Amino acid sequence: MSIFIDAETKVVYQGLTGSQGRYYGLLNRDYGTQVVAGTNPRKAGTDVDGIPVYASVAEAVAESGATASCIFIPAPGVRDAVLEAAEGGVQFIVAITEGVPAHDEADLFNRLKRDHPGVQLLGPNCPGIISPGQANIGITAGHIALPGGPVGIVSRSGTLTYQALYELREKGIGCTTCVGIGGDPVPGTSFIDCLRAFEADPETEAVMMIGEIGGSAEEEAAEFIAEHMTKPISAYVAGVTAPPGKKMGHAGAIVSGGRGTAAAKMDALRDAGVRVGLNPTEAGEHMADIVSELTTKRS
Amino acid sequence: MDLFEYQGKQFFARYGMPISDGEIAFTVDEAVAAAERLGTPVMVKAQVHTGGRGKAGGVKFAATIDDVRSHATSILGLDISGHLVGRVWIEKASDIAEEYYASFTLDRSAKKHLGMLSVEGGVEIETVAADNPDAIAKIWIDPVDGLDEAMARDWVGAAGLPEAAVEGTVTILQQLYRAYVEGDADLVEINPLILTSGGRVHVLDAKVTLDANSIFRHAEYAVYDETQTRDERETAAHARGLQYVGLEGSVGVIANGAGLAMSTVDVVNQVGGNSANFLDIGGGANAEVMAGALEVINNDPAVRSIFINIFGGITRGEEVAKGILGALERVDIDAPIVIRLDGTNADEGRAILKPHLSENLQMAPTMLEAARRSVELADSVEEKVL
Repeated sequence: MSIFIDAETKVVYQGLTGSQGRYYGLLNRDYGTQVVAGTNPRKAGTDVDGIPVYASVAEAVAESGATASCIFIPAPGVRDAVLEAAEGGVQFIVAITEGVPAHDEADLFNRLKRDHPGVQLLGPNCPGIISPGQANIGITAGHIALPGGPVGIVSRSGTLTYQALYELREKGIGCTTCVGIGGDPVPGTSFIDCLRAFEADPETEAVMMIGEIGGSAEEEAAEFIAEHMTKPISAYVAGVTAPPGKKMGHAGAIVSGGRGTAAAKMDALRDAGVRVGLNPTEAGEHMADIVSELTTKRS
Repeated sequence: MDLFEYQGKQFFARYGMPISDGEIAFTVDEAVAAAERLGTPVMVKAQVHTGGRGKAGGVKFAATIDDVRSHATSILGLDISGHLVGRVWIEKASDIAEEYYASFTLDRSAKKHLGMLSVEGGVEIETVAADNPDAIAKIWIDPVDGLDEAMARDWVGAAGLPEAAVEGTVTILQQLYRAYVEGDADLVEINPLILTSGGRVHVLDAKVTLDANSIFRHAEYAVYDETQTRDERETAAHARGLQYVGLEGSVGVIANGAGLAMSTVDVVNQVGGNSANFLDIGGGANAEVMAGALEVINNDPAVRSIFINIFGGITRGEEVAKGILGALERVDIDAPIVIRLDGTNADEGRAILKPHLSENLQMAPTMLEAARRSVELADSVEEKVL
């Protein structure tokens, strides 16, 4: 099992004919993802290395049975692309593009909630999602991830997500699904959405969480964990030494008015029973401990 | 992108909000000439991207032209929390009866726009929030619905503004919301919003932060980008398109990905050192990007050692190693370098680097080890310098 995507997920790539879309679309197909279609209104009827291109997501859904979409459209077009995907009938939308204005994201989030409550948006500005051995949608290097579980990963940061996957693989620990939710101010999918899904997934036995400074998503996740999570969790929060008022790369990664500090987030997570590492390696070691305890308990 | 007060006021004026007549001045003579045109009394206001101007002596009332000369002389060049005052805004003084507060920003937790309105203006809103939270009327606005007049009116009622201020404030709040949304602002704040003794509601200060991601639909924002406060290092990095934040330490940091870069700064700190910067070179690590990053770090006189922390994902270890070596051919680096290379084809990448290793170009197997080595090197160089 996995969350959000599996071997059956059929994906349409919006922007498949662009350089990024083509590169990652084909890499994802090589990984085993069912890349069934691309869209581009000006290139409908053509194909990208055998993948048919349609004028719209609605057409791609009708013709190819796509159930998810992956967006590699430049930032100015992302808002419309997401709405097109939702209206076109896919249930899961992954928006990789960075640099989307916060007002577009806020508008999208509320519009989807109102008009398409069944649709889950991941991103924008995220590395995507991988259920190792089943499907990889986005820009994660697939071979870093070891299939088979029992760990689910959810992360706000791209490279730290890879780091987490890598540390687990080095220890021989597999992953059910790894979700990169992205570091923007209004992400479509939150820590809580992923935690809830991992809690419900029978194959996921533990969760590794990677947060960063800014906002209060980690604090809210901590509250959810305390109340609803029975599965053990390890976590890392980046940006302990970040000075207030300076954006650390991600649009959302900023400590402002004394809020959103890494220390406060780590405290909240610790209070909720999460094993917090002071660096990614330590969080990986905590997860290795958790997995070996789970194994001992079973035997 | 933070706007200066006068830029913020001009931005507000485009949406019809009432602001005072004023002029920007870069010298004392310009300030005096501006005041002569406007007519005294005027306010002389330091233009800086930081708060606490009043307390620092950066905002002064000038009854006469002589006052303008003496205030402009003292304010221009003033250091306000590390920000040097390079320009002053001269504006017609207002007759203040009452001071209010109004703002819009994104509530990331509620995923809606948050409006705040208070009859306790003129002081920092954080202070009001701490001392008298009931004095702030909050409204959460669904971006799909927006703010209509009826909502604005209810909100003004909830804030308890006096009858005389209601109509003017209802209008200004709607204009302010339009400026916030159409202008793609992260924050718009008026503090104080005043009621004059003549009974008019008027914008006396403006704090505006714009979303840099929205520049594609606001070509005119290029002007604001030029007036951002950046130190020399940040300016150099910005020109090369690098994500850079200057810090106070001696270990120069280069990493790929914002999270990893933040994490690298943290780990340097954990092993007892201090980073000179945060620098994210993004996903790839080709020679050109790496060379640009090394140049920026190399030009920072505080840097005593450099920690390059790369995790190869799609970009393979060999490419990263070649990128680093290519960059080192282009740039003469003074400080010793420690490289941690992990991820896809890390072994192949390390093999490429190995023949080039020396006292000044070291490799460490883990992030922690590389951090320790960088800090040791920075400390030993520092001792030599002393």
